Amino acid sequence: MSAGVIGRTVRGFTEALAQTLEAEDSARERGLLQALDPRVKVVGLLALVVSAALSHNLKVMAALFGLAIVLAVASRLSLRSMAKRVWLVAFGFTFMIAAPALFLTPGERVYSLGWLAITAQGLRSALMLVARVETAVTLSTLLVLTTPWMHLLKALRTLLVPVEAIMLLAMTHRYVVLLTETANAMFESRQSRMVGRLNGHEQRRLMVNTGGVLLSKTLEMGNQVFLAMQARGFRGEVRLLDEFRMRGWDYVAICGFAIAVAAAARAGR
Amino acid sequence: MHIPDGYLSPSSCAVMYAASAPCWWAALRRTRRKLFGRTLPLLSLFAAFSFVVMMFNLPLPGGTTGHAVGVGIAAIVLGPWASMLAISLALTIQAFFFGDGGITTLGANCFNMAIVGSFAAWGIYRLVSLGAAAESRRRVVAAALAGYGAINLSALLAAIELGIQPTLFHDATGAPLYAPYPLHIAIPAMMIGHLTIAGAAEAVMSAGLFSYLRRSEPGLVGIAATPKGTRRAVGELWGALAVVLLLTPLGILAGGAAWGEWAPRDFAETAARARIAATSGNTAPPVSAPSGMARLATVWTAPLPDYAPHFVKSAGFGYLLSAMFGVGLIVAATWLVQRLTEGARRGER
Repeated sequence: MSAGVIGRTVRGFTEALAQTLEAEDSARERGLLQALDPRVKVVGLLALVVSAALSHNLKVMAALFGLAIVLAVASRLSLRSMAKRVWLVAFGFTFMIAAPALFLTPGERVYSLGWLAITAQGLRSALMLVARVETAVTLSTLLVLTTPWMHLLKALRTLLVPVEAIMLLAMTHRYVVLLTETANAMFESRQSRMVGRLNGHEQRRLMVNTGGVLLSKTLEMGNQVFLAMQARGFRGEVRLLDEFRMRGWDYVAICGFAIAVAAAARAGR
Repeated sequence: MHIPDGYLSPSSCAVMYAASAPCWWAALRRTRRKLFGRTLPLLSLFAAFSFVVMMFNLPLPGGTTGHAVGVGIAAIVLGPWASMLAISLALTIQAFFFGDGGITTLGANCFNMAIVGSFAAWGIYRLVSLGAAAESRRRVVAAALAGYGAINLSALLAAIELGIQPTLFHDATGAPLYAPYPLHIAIPAMMIGHLTIAGAAEAVMSAGLFSYLRRSEPGLVGIAATPKGTRRAVGELWGALAVVLLLTPLGILAGGAAWGEWAPRDFAETAARARIAATSGNTAPPVSAPSGMARLATVWTAPLPDYAPHFVKSAGFGYLLSAMFGVGLIVAATWLVQRLTEGARRGER
């Protein structure tokens, strides 16, 4: 059985779908960030991401990372899940990129491993990169895990994203889930009918043909969706229902985010 | 190639957002007229398709696997502007929802893959497939090269953006503050993987999907929606018509006269009267042409009477010339009717 590519692809789909469901579930929890107005969260957390990117100080990044953990706990997010899905993945990827910098960055030698020498500049550079990536990824994950996708999109209006782009993003997100399920079903059905091994050429043909059929279904669905939209009276105008209302707690959160961003900016240089 | 948060300085991110913003604006403006037609769901669905295709593990020669972005086929099907929007949408969903690529670096990722990638793929496809027949293998090669070229150009841009970071952003001791490798390391490190694995994945996916669409939805890949069989049948018809044209002089070998195709003067000539009688069961024709026939015969005088233009001395060549003239008139009339009906149909829409 050629479980290789098909198995890996199906696993990827399953993980993506599981991640989507998990995000929807966690966004419904009764936690600190879930209770905030999505506009406050979008602006506040993105400002913290930018602060992490601007910071040149490891202590400040550690403080921002600590703040992100506190916010995650207060929002009833599973730290184990965050560690598994976010921190380990980001660390593994970034460490792979950053590790050679320990030796390749010219500077003052601090440790020798045979003919290889770790430099102070390389060490600092690698640490900065890993810390910055971990902090930024954690903060943006907080935003996604505590905000329903549709609320997040509507909140992007505060960042002057055009309404057409928001509508396209909303539709795309729905179709991502639908097409992922369709592709998953196609691969699983093929896998269940398959006996023996496929060689590389056959695997490639299987993947490309599945892509072709999926594209065909996509285009057919595009026509059906357009007809359904027309049948429901769509004439080109886009209206977003804006039910967001700022409450007292949101103003407190704005102050909190502003203090954190200002402190990071002051200490980060 | 999806640059995560933290690899580019905030000022680099701002520059890349600033570079992408006018392109997004122009793309939205260009597609806005079509956006609320069938293009709206098509764009979203294509973005979702691109997202899902990025998760396909594509086996490559050499035993490794790669992931395609789908920018090659998107540019060929949607054109560069709509493709730019579709790939940007897919990258935005990836960044926000799945953490693949950063939020601060989204401008850079979209510029590299969606904007430059779409234009590169579209340009390469148009250039390589220039003048190629619809069924030509060159079109498949053009699609493969479009995907390969686009993904590699995007990777090169990403490598340059990463490679300039240590030069521009470092602390007092010289330690890089963002991506740590200079251009001479970043470019080869990025390009080796893309010139081999990622480029091959994109080429295979672009060529495969192009072949599939050419068979199933030829209109979508810019090929007139005439199936191969129909095109061949039309070619055969033209060939048959040419043969028939060449055979038209044989008509003058036929003896006698067609029944009923008489001229008024035939009723007065002895030889013609004998031919009319012979083809009418030996019934003698009237001594003169019927009055109605004589009156109507002068209403219209044919420009080429008896398939023999007056300036042509050879009867055979006159037949051939008349046949060609007649066929030309029919083709022109058909073309005119087709244009008029198409115009009316467009007006109805």
